[in-house]
Amino acid sequence: MKNKTESPKYTITVWQLLGTFLVLMTTWLLWSGLYKPLLISLGVFSCSLSLWLAQRTGFFRHALPIRSLLRLPALWWWLLIEVIKSSIEVARIILSPSLPIQPELVEFTTTEKTNSGKVILGNSITLSPGTVTIDVDEDRLLVHCLTSNTANELRSREVERRIEKLEIE
Amino acid sequence: MYIVLSLAILMTMVLAIARALRGPTIYDRVLAVNLFGTKTALLLAVIAFLIDRPDFLDLALAYALINLVGILAVLQFIQMNPSKANEASDHD
Amino acid sequence: MINTVMDVLSWILLCSGGVFVLIGGIGALRLPNFYTRLHAASLTETMATILIFVGMILQAGFSLEALKLAVIMLFLLLTAPTASYALANAALQSGMRPKAESAKVESPNAQTGNSES
Repeated sequence: MKNKTESPKYTITVWQLLGTFLVLMTTWLLWSGLYKPLLISLGVFSCSLSLWLAQRTGFFRHALPIRSLLRLPALWWWLLIEVIKSSIEVARIILSPSLPIQPELVEFTTTEKTNSGKVILGNSITLSPGTVTIDVDEDRLLVHCLTSNTANELRSREVERRIEKLEIE
Repeated sequence: MYIVLSLAILMTMVLAIARALRGPTIYDRVLAVNLFGTKTALLLAVIAFLIDRPDFLDLALAYALINLVGILAVLQFIQMNPSKANEASDHD
Repeated sequence: MINTVMDVLSWILLCSGGVFVLIGGIGALRLPNFYTRLHAASLTETMATILIFVGMILQAGFSLEALKLAVIMLFLLLTAPTASYALANAALQSGMRPKAESAKVESPNAQTGNSES
């Protein structure tokens, strides 16, 4: 409710509603596998209910523009390679008998302006093993790193640059 | 071959239970329960292939959904009742 | 020919997925404190999930099962960081300070004096 006073005006376009409804309905049809009138009308009902609930919780206020969504796979591909690299490192640390960990906290201010950008940034950092976002406050992020090596990698700010690319025209 | 994989996941679930029993803080226990929950979803998906019944995939999705909601609810509860959370972790 | 290659590849993925699941479980038991255990948990939640699900998608081929597997994998990967963040943040708010080298402040206008081990 607090957020409502901060940004009172936002408009939901018909395309957003229609697109979300189509995604929900496709999921319903794929999972049910039975195409009888009763079941399909139940599906239409529950999809509309979900849309209404999503609208109430402010789902569409943070919606990403479609061109950002289309660029997500490129980010995912890069993240996949990062995840593979860092998980091999973390696995080696866990298996080595001496446990060579040097936990380090890194705090930095991000240049991300939008809430969804911050969420994507924080989640991308958490997703790769070895770094966990433990606090987000306005534009400050606090990240816990397992070794100083992963902390240094984080300082290069590569993730942030990749995510900023999502929002460029 | 799927049997070996499901045994590996079961082994990890046992390790997660060991961590949940050992604690020492309440958050370690919640972490272990979260680990257990995601492994349940993974195990159900593997079992679907092991016994060749694709219906189990739907169960895996349901477990993944319930796990997320459950963990968030438990954390909310702990934050609302800090005294009870401390009691639980002192119990060790 | 292509089928055998796919088969072998998927088994390699599934086996290494099993290994990563086990390593994550061992890590959750071995690592010394809560914040480091988070890293072990995220190892099984991301890497092992990706390996096992991609392996099974290759086994399923082009079918409805493969699509369902992909959706479940995407859901797990999108929610795992959210759950870890909620957990870590709850622990931090309760006053549990991570044992770590003091915070390095990256930008001059950031607030200093956070978290001394």
